[in-house]
Amino acid sequence: MSVFNQSRQNVLRFIFGITFLIIVIRLSVLQVFSDEYKLQAMDNAVFKKVVYPDRGIIFDRNGKPVLNNTIIYDLTVTPYEVKGIDTSYLCSLLSIDTAEFRTRIVTAIIKNGRYRSSVFEGLLSLEMQAKLEENIWRFPGFNLIERPIRTYPYKAGAHLLGDIGEVDTSIIRRSNYFYQMGDFVGRSGMEQYYESVLMGQRGVQHLVRDNKNRIQGAWEDGRYDTSAIAGRNLHTYLDVELQQLAEKLMMNKVGSVVAIDPKTGGILAMVSGPVIDPNDLTGTMRQKNYAKLQLDVSAPLMNRATRGLYEPGSTFKPVGGLVALDLGVITPSFGMSCGGAYYGCSKVIRCEHSNPGHASNIRLALANSCNSYFCHIYRLMLDNNKDKNTKKGYDRWKEYMNAFGWGEKLGIDLPNELAGNIPDTTLYNKVYRNQWNSCTNVTLGIGQDKMQVTPVQLANAMCVIANKGYYYIPHFVEKIENETLKDTLLNKFREKHEALTHIPNEAYEAIHAGMQDVVESGTARSARIPGIAICAKTGTAEKYTVLDGKRIKLPNNSMFVCFAPRENPRIAIAVAVENAGFGSTWAAPIASILIEKYLTDSIRTERQKDVERISGANLMPSYLKRKQFVADSTRAYYWFNLRKDSSYIRNFLKGYRAKTEDVKQNKATITANTDKNKPQQSNVEGLAVAYTTDTKKYLRRRNEEKF
Amino acid sequence: MRRNSETSKGIDSLLLWLYILLCLVGIISIFATTYSEGDDITRSFLSFKTDYSKQAFFFLASIIIGTAIILTDSKFFTATANLWYVFGIILLLLVFPFHSNIKGTESIIRFGNSFQLQPIQLCIVFTNLALAKYISRAETNFSNTKSQMIAAVLVLTPAVLAIMQKETGLALVYFSFFLVMFREGLPGFVLVIGFSLAVLVVATLLIDRTILAGILTGIAILVIYLLRRQIKRHRSLLYMVMGVWLVCVVIQFFAVPLIFDKALKPYQVKRIYDTIGKEYIPKDEAARADIEKNTVSKKTGDNYNVRQSKIAIGSGGLTGKGLLKGTQTRYAFVPEQRTDFIFCTIGEGFGFVGSVIFILLYLSLLMRIVTIAERQRSVFSRCYAYGVASVLFFHIAINLCMTIGLAPVIGIPLPFVSYGGLSLVTFSAMIFILLRLDKDRQMVLR
Repeated sequence: MSVFNQSRQNVLRFIFGITFLIIVIRLSVLQVFSDEYKLQAMDNAVFKKVVYPDRGIIFDRNGKPVLNNTIIYDLTVTPYEVKGIDTSYLCSLLSIDTAEFRTRIVTAIIKNGRYRSSVFEGLLSLEMQAKLEENIWRFPGFNLIERPIRTYPYKAGAHLLGDIGEVDTSIIRRSNYFYQMGDFVGRSGMEQYYESVLMGQRGVQHLVRDNKNRIQGAWEDGRYDTSAIAGRNLHTYLDVELQQLAEKLMMNKVGSVVAIDPKTGGILAMVSGPVIDPNDLTGTMRQKNYAKLQLDVSAPLMNRATRGLYEPGSTFKPVGGLVALDLGVITPSFGMSCGGAYYGCSKVIRCEHSNPGHASNIRLALANSCNSYFCHIYRLMLDNNKDKNTKKGYDRWKEYMNAFGWGEKLGIDLPNELAGNIPDTTLYNKVYRNQWNSCTNVTLGIGQDKMQVTPVQLANAMCVIANKGYYYIPHFVEKIENETLKDTLLNKFREKHEALTHIPNEAYEAIHAGMQDVVESGTARSARIPGIAICAKTGTAEKYTVLDGKRIKLPNNSMFVCFAPRENPRIAIAVAVENAGFGSTWAAPIASILIEKYLTDSIRTERQKDVERISGANLMPSYLKRKQFVADSTRAYYWFNLRKDSSYIRNFLKGYRAKTEDVKQNKATITANTDKNKPQQSNVEGLAVAYTTDTKKYLRRRNEEKF
Repeated sequence: MRRNSETSKGIDSLLLWLYILLCLVGIISIFATTYSEGDDITRSFLSFKTDYSKQAFFFLASIIIGTAIILTDSKFFTATANLWYVFGIILLLLVFPFHSNIKGTESIIRFGNSFQLQPIQLCIVFTNLALAKYISRAETNFSNTKSQMIAAVLVLTPAVLAIMQKETGLALVYFSFFLVMFREGLPGFVLVIGFSLAVLVVATLLIDRTILAGILTGIAILVIYLLRRQIKRHRSLLYMVMGVWLVCVVIQFFAVPLIFDKALKPYQVKRIYDTIGKEYIPKDEAARADIEKNTVSKKTGDNYNVRQSKIAIGSGGLTGKGLLKGTQTRYAFVPEQRTDFIFCTIGEGFGFVGSVIFILLYLSLLMRIVTIAERQRSVFSRCYAYGVASVLFFHIAINLCMTIGLAPVIGIPLPFVSYGGLSLVTFSAMIFILLRLDKDRQMVLR
């Protein structure tokens, strides 16, 4: 029998062999012909830790750091390691209750799991960090993790420096996945514009972790690691002391100040009011302040220097005069008689002066800011002999405006700059159905009508006039540290724009003389500084807004442009203060103080008084209060409608009742705005009736009223 | 072993060296998984506190036990085979009142804190001896069905007890003895039927049971149609086909679902489902709780073990990452990697080349045992040798398939390599008894 069955050993050997062959084939598939598992193994065990480089620092013209890096701490927790700690003590240190402690731990576990650390309390204040640092050994599982943030030692330059924030998905997608979650990126201002320079280069550390996500050491002895390369520093033209002074002067005012060095185009100071402290928007303070600033109707987060649109008003006159001289429609000695108004068109344009001879030549007309004169020469420009066609004349005039950098984006080194507005003929053709002439938009000659410029454009025009024809695109950065040929960012700022150098010297001299007279004997006598020849022009632009469905006239915008000294100019300034009245009252002294500070490096003691007066003045427009109320209640009602949660309304009403008294007091100042037919809303029904406007409508209205 | 002395004469040195080699590979693998940077190797080896030093200790113990076995008379095993079997069964019965509940199994008796005994493992040796003894009896004619049935009962009794102790994995090992019976004259169709049943069961899981019943019916009709001429001549053929069809349908329609519902625990069912790549939906809350309790890592649910094991082995590549360099095995990504998933360490550390060499070691061990079996004069020795080969084969095949995702995860160790004192000693004893029997291969033992 055994002999009979002996062949069966081969069957068994065959079974063994086949089984092992199957295993080997399967192994070859797993190990040799598939990369999938190698990648998964990397995912499993190798943790790529991103090492963030220090961001570059920005220095002013004297080598002072305008912003700096500092480290603040996050308190992180690894729930798995938290055992037997004195919870109540920790809670007292953090000033939270134990219930809050528990929910935070649970949140951490849900978010990141037990074995990975998550932020327990972010961005600790200095004192809290000190308290915790002493006691951190008592709390196993809790760690202080450093996190670099920006600080601003001079508390200045919030708008121009911008801020940094964590990337969101849209940025990541736009960057072609160069950025990763958790990266910080410049979100506005120079931080955004010079992101590629400031950010440096991320480093990657490969670390090995175990199945519970605990780090076990370097992978492959760090062979594939790359070290972080710090971002490069920027050296700017900014004068931080001038900037501080300008910000002080613009406190509690809506408007903007831009000071440019005409010879280089370097921006010396740039302020946008209401002024904010950049430190309010970093670290611990950010959360507290950002939402508040964002919802403020005075838009403190907007950089009015590049995004604020202003009618230049009389400050346009030097530009208009210069163009007229170049076109040859007038000579410097051209004069006209003005009896206090311009009657050349059907509408009467009033002039501040009526004494005879105040416009007997361009110098006097400028010094006295004669409206009639500049309306007249505007019409002469459009209806000139060369073109024989108003529309062609207008196009030529517009070309000049564009040469000054108006109506187009200047290309300044800040993101989201606005182009201003110098309308095309197509617009007028459309509005007036082709039936328009130089009278239709005659107020363009005195910087009104549809003309709108940003303060930077205004200051740039001053540079052109000061330089007698050329300008550099206004910019902050003089040089990038360790600049190489690859850095093309600054190339366009080093290119000289010979925009209007063809205009003869006499024309410039005439304009300069007129502008100097403005300070010596004209509207801006308050800006005079002994020993410095300042050329300037004041401006007063009319403002209207729509409030509660009514168009109301606001106090005029106070505008001022200047440059100094007349020969070899070193600074050109544009100032705009909204709803402050005449240009000579507020804007002129502000510019004058800045010139004095910049050129003499000090301020005379008798001028200190002025500084205090101006910085102490609160020129926040009174209508903003009403506007804020409308915006807040509309939003509250919107959310109420959206969520059907009356707490939005209730929360708002709570604040509203407290403010009611305040509103009543202000009633006198806003009588023009208050709708007499509707009493002040005192209940929910009233609110609903008054502000059922949907947000779209509300937003559109907000956009229409340009600050 | 003193090579030239009387004791070592006739010992198959190839088998012995293969055995020692595998044991050393095991110790190194366990070392590779449990060693952490900065450990003092010599000291931890001597302290017997780490897993690899424990394993080394058990290896030494196995060698000593083995020497003792070599020194006994080979007739001792034939004489006491039945006694051992009875002893094993008694041990198994003792498990019921004295077991301690560890990791869901009820088959382990604990003595104190450190020592634990799993009789079902020891019983493999005893059953092997008893089966050999039964088949080699002069009065047994293994070609008749009755003695085959008796042998089957002999083998399956411990398996049934094991299932009752919720140790399904090791119970399946006992089915490997059918290979021995096949060698000794069990008709081949029994194995074929067994295999077909397995295919049927898997098909039952994969295909909806009504559809499968339809398919089976279709096949039956097709067979009847093809065999219509033969059926005309022999009516019995028709009944046979009908009978087979009926059995198949009953099994797939009623028996398998019944077994899955009642006999197996939900987590085992789930593992079987995982292996064939099908989603298992627990039928009630209790079942879900059971699955959660027995799944090592909750974070990824399903077949976390197998996935991690495949990642570890797959990431080894062609030549592997080198000893102690495997990130997956060193940082405990694979659960149970000292015991059931020890092959991951080899696969990750030494890659495809190392794994194939390792598998070839096992294959040569098995082939050597078969060769040894065939050169025995006594039926007892031959049966025993085949038993050893079958048991080892079953362990190796299932364990390796388990780690590379070809078999469900049933806790079966890799012989000589997996961490575990008892399993090492048991397998060593099997090998040494074989060596002892082989030494007297010219004798006819009864």
